[in-house]
Amino acid sequence: MLNTKHLEDLTIQVRRDILRMVHKVNSGHPGGSLGCTEFLVSLYNEIMERKEGFDMDGIGEDLFFLSNGHISPVFYSVTSRAGYFPVEELNTFRLLNSRLQGHPTTHEGLPGVRIASGSLGQGMSVALGAAQAKKLNRDKHLVYTLHGDGELQEGQNWEAIMYAAAKKVDNIICTVDLNGQQIDGSTDEVLPMGSIKAKFEAFGWVVIEIEQGNNIEAILKGMAEAKSHTGKGKPVCVLLKTIMGHGVDFMMYTHAWHGKAPNDEQLAKGLAQNPETLGDY
Amino acid sequence: MKTYTYTEKKDTRSGFGAGLAELGRTNPNVVALCADLIGSLKMEKFIEENPERFFQIGIAEANMMGIAAGLTIGGKIPFTGTFANFSTGRVYDQIRQSIAYSDKNVKICASHAGLTLGEDGATHQILEDIGLMKMLPGMTVINTCDYNQTKAATIAIADHHGPVYLRFGRPVVPIFTPEDQKFEIGKAVMLTEGTDVTIVATGHLVWEALEASKVLFEKGISAEVINIHTIKPLDEEAILKSVAKTGCVVTAEEHNYLGGLGESVARVLALNNPTPQEFVATNDTFGESGTPAQLMDKYGLNSAAIVEKSLSVIKRK
Repeated sequence: MLNTKHLEDLTIQVRRDILRMVHKVNSGHPGGSLGCTEFLVSLYNEIMERKEGFDMDGIGEDLFFLSNGHISPVFYSVTSRAGYFPVEELNTFRLLNSRLQGHPTTHEGLPGVRIASGSLGQGMSVALGAAQAKKLNRDKHLVYTLHGDGELQEGQNWEAIMYAAAKKVDNIICTVDLNGQQIDGSTDEVLPMGSIKAKFEAFGWVVIEIEQGNNIEAILKGMAEAKSHTGKGKPVCVLLKTIMGHGVDFMMYTHAWHGKAPNDEQLAKGLAQNPETLGDY
Repeated sequence: MKTYTYTEKKDTRSGFGAGLAELGRTNPNVVALCADLIGSLKMEKFIEENPERFFQIGIAEANMMGIAAGLTIGGKIPFTGTFANFSTGRVYDQIRQSIAYSDKNVKICASHAGLTLGEDGATHQILEDIGLMKMLPGMTVINTCDYNQTKAATIAIADHHGPVYLRFGRPVVPIFTPEDQKFEIGKAVMLTEGTDVTIVATGHLVWEALEASKVLFEKGISAEVINIHTIKPLDEEAILKSVAKTGCVVTAEEHNYLGGLGESVARVLALNNPTPQEFVATNDTFGESGTPAQLMDKYGLNSAAIVEKSLSVIKRK
């Protein structure tokens, strides 16, 4: 059994970062960020093969594209703690003249970001292009993505999903955060999407389900299985069942914290539930 | 007066196809994408010679723009090909976020721009694309006038880092640009020197401007014709230098007057040297079905219209 203690510690610290970042500027998206914390911590620290430093082309390493850019708090925390930029810079989240824009962008030159995202539904196409560039470059590394489930309501995804299978882009693992929530309510209330698994399979993808998407061991096991399916002529989809707001009890099981920051009291409560592990920024 | 003649007519899209084919041979990083319009974009030669560097996307332009953005990550220089309408309006947000804001080195190559697309009608005849593209920060906007210039521009933009919108068209038009003329992004081409009126034209209207200058010459009017192939960044110096001499200007383009070349020129003049200006452009309207010549005639995008506007702008000096 893999010792995941360091990942667990990092997860708690990232949760603290998320809460403190959105609280400071009274804006941002804590719910989806907390739901994907275990996944992104595992991805950057255990799953992906990464080079030291950052260059845009990323030849000779795995790449990650965040399509649901609004969960920037978790993305910034995880990438800073993975060494792309100083953790102190998390202090500047959403402030004027910051590299940490409300939604991630390459525009301000923040290391670790390869594409702007925020307007939903565009990340998979970009990732497919990057995956095909890897093939042209004879680079055996993989391309990973993350998408919201509500985001799949954007039609461009289905163009990309059709293309990926048709063109046998088999060096990509697209993960969908199945938290069942979006701004106006649950996905089933807003626009029921039926079986996302059946849809991806019908389009010709291999689909791996991670039932416990907030459990690091389950994530590592599921992603290892996903990786084992790459290079076999089919794109791979991971359906990651998460709980929005995970790790902060009053933010869980609701869409209410999709884009709302905690007040002082709520921050204190959230932080108390996640005692400092690796040191606050 | 310097006069221009031609021995051959060709479509500007064929110039794109020829330029792309040459890039396929000279630049291993150039890749091409198409959304089910290979023949219309004249991309066959590139594909035949570089099948592994061509991506047939299908009828999915939004996906094409995203894939193009992604291909730059890994050092590729993607050239996307489809009609101007589907290259811009249909995919504006994809270009805005994934290409322009992300500063991706994508070359958006757009054929069948404007009314000269012809019989397919207004659904396909975009007259707003220059405006859409020039408003995007960092986007270079080019509209070429003939086969040779389009070929040269296609080759030149591969060496420019940053997003580019290259606009060309469907009909055959006279070839008057020398085959060996170097294409310099943002550098206007002086075609005829004159003293009474400046005619600043882009795309298919450049030949019409030359025709107009001959008619004006016969009327005793000396017109200076400038080919502005790059609408952004605009060669402000060339325009200001010319109007300092002539004192008035006519702009000519196959595009709505709103958002087009004319407005870019007007801004430069308003800031530096307020000058009477007339616009040869469509007048806030959609197009319709018809032959290219019929349409250009009906919507006033021809040499006769340039002559008429020149005569009226001279009176306003």
